[in-house]
Amino acid sequence: MPSLRTLSLATVAVLIGGYALAFFYAPVDEEGFIQKIFYLHVPLAVVALLGFMVAAIHAIRHLRTNEAIHDARSYVSIHIAVIFGVGALLTGALWAKGQWGVWWEWREPTLVSFLIIFLLYATYYPLRYSIEDRDRQARYASVFAITAGAFVPLNFLAVRLAEPFIHPRTFSSAGGLPGEMLLAFLVCLAGMALLWTTLVAFELGAKGASGDLGRLRRALRPSEPAPPPPRRSVAPAGVSATSMTVDGGSKGAV
Amino acid sequence: MVPLALETSESYVAGAYLVFVALLLVYVALMAMKLARIQRELRELADIAESDRDGESPK
Repeated sequence: MPSLRTLSLATVAVLIGGYALAFFYAPVDEEGFIQKIFYLHVPLAVVALLGFMVAAIHAIRHLRTNEAIHDARSYVSIHIAVIFGVGALLTGALWAKGQWGVWWEWREPTLVSFLIIFLLYATYYPLRYSIEDRDRQARYASVFAITAGAFVPLNFLAVRLAEPFIHPRTFSSAGGLPGEMLLAFLVCLAGMALLWTTLVAFELGAKGASGDLGRLRRALRPSEPAPPPPRRSVAPAGVSATSMTVDGGSKGAV
Repeated sequence: MVPLALETSESYVAGAYLVFVALLLVYVALMAMKLARIQRELRELADIAESDRDGESPK
């Protein structure tokens, strides 16, 4: 796994390259200039959904091994994917208003299904933080991540099979995207995936550092009661910055 | 009648990209606050470690 610095530089380079291609190389289609939102909105949505599936894979590994690091990776993957989901919903609403004249269209299965997935994952936080016992919290969160993660490909399939109302299908129209637009889109998608990976590595590094601080505090002042955990962002027990660097690539991040 | 600036397609595109940048900035700001807290706690622990060492050295 590359270091956080390498990931960050690669993310910046690929995102700048992707959006330069989107604005200066890819042609403007019949939709007009507003189609440029496509290069932001679709990668955000795709990477958010992939992030949910990555979280499910980490959750499976957590349940199999009971190692806290996999729970942390699952949690952070969902956290960043939810932020990307917010971005996808907001940019989609702006595109819909410009293109269709409405902020939202309830009859369109693509929109509603994405909203359902997003709201499903929004319930992850109250579920997780309603459980005080760390082990139970991690186990229940993993079960949730696996169950919800299974919905993502099913949902994607259902939307593909459903009759589209007005939302365009990115790759299913006759002939697909023209070459220049496809190239720009793929580079933007790669940049967004890199951004997601970088943010996950960064947050895992921060969580690991928090966990190490707690351990250090207990080692220096064993008689002191453990401070109450932060309201959210709890580094799972046993997670340290050292363990994060194994494949989080976050050494030196904090 | 002069159309609102928000009603042009360029404005929607600019708005969408601004939303993305704003989301990123909010996230970075939150992480910066978290980093500041970690640095503060680390300084406190360094002070504790130094005071422990100074207390033990005369022995």
